[in-house]
Amino acid sequence: MLAYILRRLLATIPVMGVVAIFVFSLLYIAPGDPAAIIAGDLATAEDIARIHRQLGLDEPFFLRFGHWLWGVLHGDLGISIFTNLPVTELIAQRLEPTLALTLMTLVVTVLFAIPLGVIAAWMVGTWIDRGVMIVAVMGFSLPSFVLAYLLILGFSIEFDILPVQGYVSIREGFLPFIEHLILPSIALGLIYGALIARITRASMLEVLSQDYIRTAQAKGLTNNDVLMRHALKNAAVPIVTVVGIGVALLISGVIVTETVFAIPGIGRLTVDAILRRDYPIIQGVILLFSAAYVLVNLAVDISYTLFDPRVRY
Amino acid sequence: MAVAQSEIAAPVARRNWLGEAIRRHPTVIAGLALLLIMAGIAIFAPYLGTVDPISVSPVHRLRFPSERYWFGTDAYGRDVYSRTLYGARISLTVGLGVAILSTAIGLAIGLVTGFSRITDTIVMRIMDGLMSIPPVLLAIALMALTKASVENVVIAITISEVPRVARLVRGVVLSLREQPFVEAAVAAGTPFFRTLWRHILPNTVAPILVQATYICASAMITEAVLSFIGAGTPPQIPSWGNIMAEGRSYFQIKPYLIIFPGIFLSLTVLAVNLVGDGLRDALDPRLARRM
Repeated sequence: MLAYILRRLLATIPVMGVVAIFVFSLLYIAPGDPAAIIAGDLATAEDIARIHRQLGLDEPFFLRFGHWLWGVLHGDLGISIFTNLPVTELIAQRLEPTLALTLMTLVVTVLFAIPLGVIAAWMVGTWIDRGVMIVAVMGFSLPSFVLAYLLILGFSIEFDILPVQGYVSIREGFLPFIEHLILPSIALGLIYGALIARITRASMLEVLSQDYIRTAQAKGLTNNDVLMRHALKNAAVPIVTVVGIGVALLISGVIVTETVFAIPGIGRLTVDAILRRDYPIIQGVILLFSAAYVLVNLAVDISYTLFDPRVRY
Repeated sequence: MAVAQSEIAAPVARRNWLGEAIRRHPTVIAGLALLLIMAGIAIFAPYLGTVDPISVSPVHRLRFPSERYWFGTDAYGRDVYSRTLYGARISLTVGLGVAILSTAIGLAIGLVTGFSRITDTIVMRIMDGLMSIPPVLLAIALMALTKASVENVVIAITISEVPRVARLVRGVVLSLREQPFVEAAVAAGTPFFRTLWRHILPNTVAPILVQATYICASAMITEAVLSFIGAGTPPQIPSWGNIMAEGRSYFQIKPYLIIFPGIFLSLTVLAVNLVGDGLRDALDPRLARRM
C-alpha cells in the first residue's frame, strides 16, 4: 500500500515538471521587458542593464529556470509587476473565498449528483430517468456564467431572496456566509454535477445488469442493500475518477463565477492579472491550480484501493 | 441492459424517411435542425433585418427591446439583435476551427506515439503535463502572451484540447495493434504506411468524430469565457462573450444585454451536444449502452 502511494507520488513529479517548464516559458517569452517596467519611464539604458543583472535576466534559459524553480520550491512565486507585492502573498490573501466556494460546490454537488445518477439507473426508462438525463444534457450546454446571470435575475432581482453578489467570510456569521455562496455554487456546480450524474448512471447500469445483482435480489436483500452494498461499491471506480477529473471544470469555472458574483478570490485575481498582463501572477495561479488538480487526482488514484481490492499496489 | 424499443422494431418500409428519423431519434434531429438554423443565421446575418453591428448611436443607448430594436441597444447605442446574429459567426468559426485543427493535430500525435515507443514516452509525458493544466486556464495563459484576435483564440483553445485527442487516438491505436487483422496485415508484409492508412486510420474515425463534436461545443464555451473576462476576441468584434462582457455592468437594470446572447450561446452548444450524443449512439453502440 505504502509502496503504491509512493510510486504514484513519484509519478506526479514529471507531470509537475512539464507544468513548471511551461509556466516558466510563459514569462520567458512574454512580450515586454520586466526590467524596463521596474525601472520606469525616466530610466537610462544603463539603469535597465543594471536591473537586468540584478534580476539575473542576462543568464541563459536553464540557469534562470533553475533559479526560478528553486524559488518556487521555497514558496517564492516572484513579484507582481503591477502591485510590486510577492505573488505568494497576493494569492494567500485571496485563497479563502476560492477555497470556500470550490469546496462547498464540490461537496454539495457530489452529494446531489451521485444519488440522482443511482436513482436514474435504478428507474431506467421512467420519466425520472429521462428528467435526470435532460437536466444533465442542459448542464453540459448552459455555460456557468449564463446560468449565473439567470440565477441572479430569478433569485436576487425578481424575488430578492438571495444576495446579488459579494462574499462574506465565515467569521462574520455562518448564515450570510452560506447565503452568499448558494447561487455561485449552483452556477459553478451544474456542469460538474451533470458529468457525475451521467457517469454514475452509466456505471450503475453496467453493474446492475450483472449476475451477482440478480443473486443478491434473489436471496431477498432489500433494494437499499442491493444498491448501496453491491451495486454502488462496484460502480465506484469510474465515478470517483470523474469526480477527480471534473475538478478541472470547477477550477475553470471558478474564474468566471468569481467575476460574475464579484467574489474576491483567486479567479478574480487572475482576471485582473490578465487585464494588466501581470505575468508573475498568472504563472503563480496556473502552478497552484495545476498542483491542486494533480493532487486531487492522486488522492483519487489512491482511493481506488478502498473500493476495489483488485487494484494492485 | 437497456435496449430501447426503437432498436428492436425494424422499419418495414421507408416511405417517409424524415418522419421515421424524427420518430426514432428526436433529439438528434432537433439538434441538427437547431445547428442548421444557427449556421443559416451566421451565413445570412446581413439579410436578416440587421443593421451594422458596430455602428454606434449614443442617442439611442440602452433602449429596452422594442419593435425597432428587437433585442434592445447597448451602452453605445448599438443594436443588440444585429450584434447577436453576427456573433453566431464568431462562435461557429471558433467551434469548427478548433474541432478540425485539434483533431488533425491530435490524430497525428496519437498515431505516431501509438507506434513509436521512444516518442511515446517523451510526447505523452508532455501531454500529461499539459493535461494537468485546466483547459480554460491554459487558453488564458496563451492568450495573455499574444494579442487578441479570432485566429489566436482558435490556436490557444486548440493547444489546450490537443492532448485529450492525442491520448484518445493513442489508446485506440494501441488496442488496434493487438487486433488479429492488424497483425495479419503486418505478417503479410504490408508496408507500414499502408497498414496505417488502410487498417488503423479508418478505425479511429468514429471515436474522433464523436470527440470532435464535444470539442466544438466546449471550444464555443471557452471562446465566450475568454471574451467575457477580456482575454479573447478583440472587444470591437461582436462575439457572444464580448456582448455579455459589455452588458455586465448594466445587468441589474438591463438584463436583456446578457440574456439574448446567453440564450443563443446555450442553444448552439446544446445543438452540437445533441448531435454529438446522436453520433456516439450511431457509431458506437457499445458505448451508447454504457452512457
